[in-house]
Amino acid sequence: MAFKTVRNFLIAGGVAAASLTGIAIAAGGSGPADGYEMIHKHWHWQGMTGTYDKEAMQRGFNVYANVCRSCHNLDHLAFRHLGDEGGPFYDERFPNPNDNPLVKNIAAEYEITDLNPEDGSEITRPGIPADYFPPIYRNDSEARFVNNGALPPDLSVMVKARNNGADYMYNLLLAYEHPQPDTVSLSPGQYYNPVMEGSKIAMPPQLQPQEGVFEYQSDTEGQNPPEATVEQMAADLTEFLAWSADPKLAERKSAGLMSMVYLLILAVLLWLAYKRIWRRLKQPVGG
Amino acid sequence: MAEIGLIHHDDIVEDDGKRDFIFLLAGAAGAVGAASIVWPLVAQMGKAADTLALGSIEIDIGQIAEGEQLKVLWRGAPVFVRHRTAAEIAEAESVNLADLPDPATDADRLVPGPDGALKPEYLVQVGVCTHFGCVPVGEAGDYDGWYCPCHGSHYDTSGRIRKGPAPRNLDVPPYEYLSDTVIKVG
Amino acid sequence: MAGPSTYEPKGAVMRWMDTRLPIVRMGADFMTFPTPRNLNYWWTFGGILLLCLMIQIVTGVILGMHYVAHIDHAFDSVQRIRRDVPYGWLMQSAHAVGASMFFLAVYMHMFRALYYGSYKAPREVLWIIGCLIYLVMMATAFLGYTLPWGQMSFWGATVITGFFGAVPVVGEGLQQWLLGGYAVDNATLNRFYSLHYLLPFIIAALSGLHVWALHVTGSSNPIGVSSKVKTDTLPFHPYFTVKDMFAVTVFLIIFAFFLFYLPDALGHADNYIKADPLKTPPHIVPEWYFLPFYAILRAVPDKLAGILLMLGAIAVLFVLPWLDTSRVRSMRFRPIARWFFFFFVIFCFILGWCGAGVPDDYAIKIGDGGITFYRLGQISTLYYFAYFIVILPILGLIEDPVERPASITQAILDYGDKPEPEKVLVPAE
Repeated sequence: MAFKTVRNFLIAGGVAAASLTGIAIAAGGSGPADGYEMIHKHWHWQGMTGTYDKEAMQRGFNVYANVCRSCHNLDHLAFRHLGDEGGPFYDERFPNPNDNPLVKNIAAEYEITDLNPEDGSEITRPGIPADYFPPIYRNDSEARFVNNGALPPDLSVMVKARNNGADYMYNLLLAYEHPQPDTVSLSPGQYYNPVMEGSKIAMPPQLQPQEGVFEYQSDTEGQNPPEATVEQMAADLTEFLAWSADPKLAERKSAGLMSMVYLLILAVLLWLAYKRIWRRLKQPVGG
Repeated sequence: MAEIGLIHHDDIVEDDGKRDFIFLLAGAAGAVGAASIVWPLVAQMGKAADTLALGSIEIDIGQIAEGEQLKVLWRGAPVFVRHRTAAEIAEAESVNLADLPDPATDADRLVPGPDGALKPEYLVQVGVCTHFGCVPVGEAGDYDGWYCPCHGSHYDTSGRIRKGPAPRNLDVPPYEYLSDTVIKVG
Repeated sequence: MAGPSTYEPKGAVMRWMDTRLPIVRMGADFMTFPTPRNLNYWWTFGGILLLCLMIQIVTGVILGMHYVAHIDHAFDSVQRIRRDVPYGWLMQSAHAVGASMFFLAVYMHMFRALYYGSYKAPREVLWIIGCLIYLVMMATAFLGYTLPWGQMSFWGATVITGFFGAVPVVGEGLQQWLLGGYAVDNATLNRFYSLHYLLPFIIAALSGLHVWALHVTGSSNPIGVSSKVKTDTLPFHPYFTVKDMFAVTVFLIIFAFFLFYLPDALGHADNYIKADPLKTPPHIVPEWYFLPFYAILRAVPDKLAGILLMLGAIAVLFVLPWLDTSRVRSMRFRPIARWFFFFFVIFCFILGWCGAGVPDDYAIKIGDGGITFYRLGQISTLYYFAYFIVILPILGLIEDPVERPASITQAILDYGDKPEPEKVLVPAE
């Protein structure tokens, strides 16, 4: 008897939740232009239990440091974050990422602007893990001036800042190859890219196979890296930036699993308690 | 009509003891859930990762000239690193422990360098008076060490309390030598 | 309905307390409060909403410990909460997802009241307080959405405060007074933060009045026939406390699913871009729970008329008890009204869909043409208002309700203890 009402209740909740999801997806903006087919990759971190691939993140960081870094900063990332649990350079021997030698070495490669405590003059010093990635330009105006009027955006939350951000990032890097229709005319300093809003982008193609932007070094585990094809580099960079935008994903999913199991058990127990208590009433006639 | 059997009657005892067990189980499960929710609510007020990241700092002590003191902010308080002169070291080592309110040898207040030997020329301590938390002034006071201007505590060249209201010697922070010239505090 | 208190203080201390501050009596009366025994799961949303308010206040107070209300730091401080503050990611997500869950529950609660006629005499004041709570909730949600200082925060605040600029004569002055400047800026962010912190406590106070009013009239129930005899009701505890707890847990499963697996599904990607007063996102839409009203706003091409229409859509709820002329509360016994209600719900969803769409895009494609979101929104808006202003007043006069049980007890004898007959939404004829 009451199962039906529970069923109705669950259906009602399910419909509401589904329509929420539907609205969220419907609100999700327009797709790419000119017949470009988005490549939908299956990423490591998708699904209920998926998490980031450490080697891919490390390679992705290399792509960032060697290619993207010339214009794009990671505003919200400190070097120590790279060594956090779930991060690309995490090492369980160093629970405090500040002690992680890989993180220390990466930090030391960056010059941090600081003040000389003696005389207040501006000095530069090598970075330490507690430092944030230093800004590339002094301010937005300088960034625009140097880059033909376009502002290279922060990449640390980029994957979250676009609908379906991982696929967006991956496709954006690959879509330069798509044939440019005659209807699109570009100003100097603009490039054609159907994934970009408006199909025009100020960023030149960055990952080019023929020049071999750089070679993948063997990673920290000493394993042989994959060949640095454009697709491989784009995927690895996306993996790194996805982590950078959502570094607590693994923690979130494991907490989610525990919560769901717990809530289901609690729901069953409360259901039984509910039936018990209501059974105190004599079954009404016809019930 | 009500007589037909709709009356809420607690007087009819349930048949088994399973009822209480279910209530106990549901109650216990609820309590576990509530407790595990409380933990993040409390823990969030603890030190955040960016605060923890500055909980330990590395100091290059090679740059400090003899007779000079470097003042570095660590965990919201100054750390004094003093490159002591031979005279100051001699003075610190020659004290009779019985004269001290908080007895400690000078060696007690140092940590060994990378080679295992003490480096008495470098004295590292937290620059906070153990009385009421003021920052003492260096190379001052009756014992050539530090002098706290707030309530007149005198520390010697090893940072030990010699005179005045402060109860303890200046604290030595946890630190280690990473190399001959770099220490890690915290 | 509530009847005299049956609480008897035990012992000298309790008697002493009872004559000074009868708070134990109040608690005891809550526990023994006679509640219609035929309430179905639609009546569990009151308890769920109480939990939602508590979650929002607790997580909100916590976020307030780490958030910085300054245009230069607000966005970064939210990122810091998500990355560095212990469990900050959990608190921030719970607060953001919690807002959506709060509205989900409040809409379920409201649709229940609309279907079962819970707004009718003698519960008009109870209903109006509920409408006030909803209004303050909307204000709170809007103010809170500004705080992360993303692109949608900024432009949402710009658009919504622009409504006030549409007021004739004093509009511009009013808008700038509200903003504390010529445009949304640091002064705006600071006052929005202050008000966002204040309003939930007003909601809590209004909820207190809401429960007070409920305890004067007693709960309505699925058959809409007032409780008459003792067997119509059961004490609130343990019968409905345990039922509410079960429902709350099921609700929390949905909550947890969004919180842990789809934390961003109900938000906008653009809000992960720091606010930029020089660049408007191509497609500004409010959060999902405002979409129906957004569609109503855009249903007329005139700015002021659109705003008045949108305000009217909320205002009409306040006078609903006097618009519905039927003497039957529950639509279960109103064969025609039931269908109109069914379409009302459908049109509310369509309004939400229209609010999310681009007005000139086709919602329904027919050949080369079709129905644009703009047109569909107009049709839905028309039905929304017609339902309250035309259908309910007229239907109450002409509709023949089917025969109702004489009492709750009788209904249970007829149907059994299942709270809802299976023929919901099917006309009785």
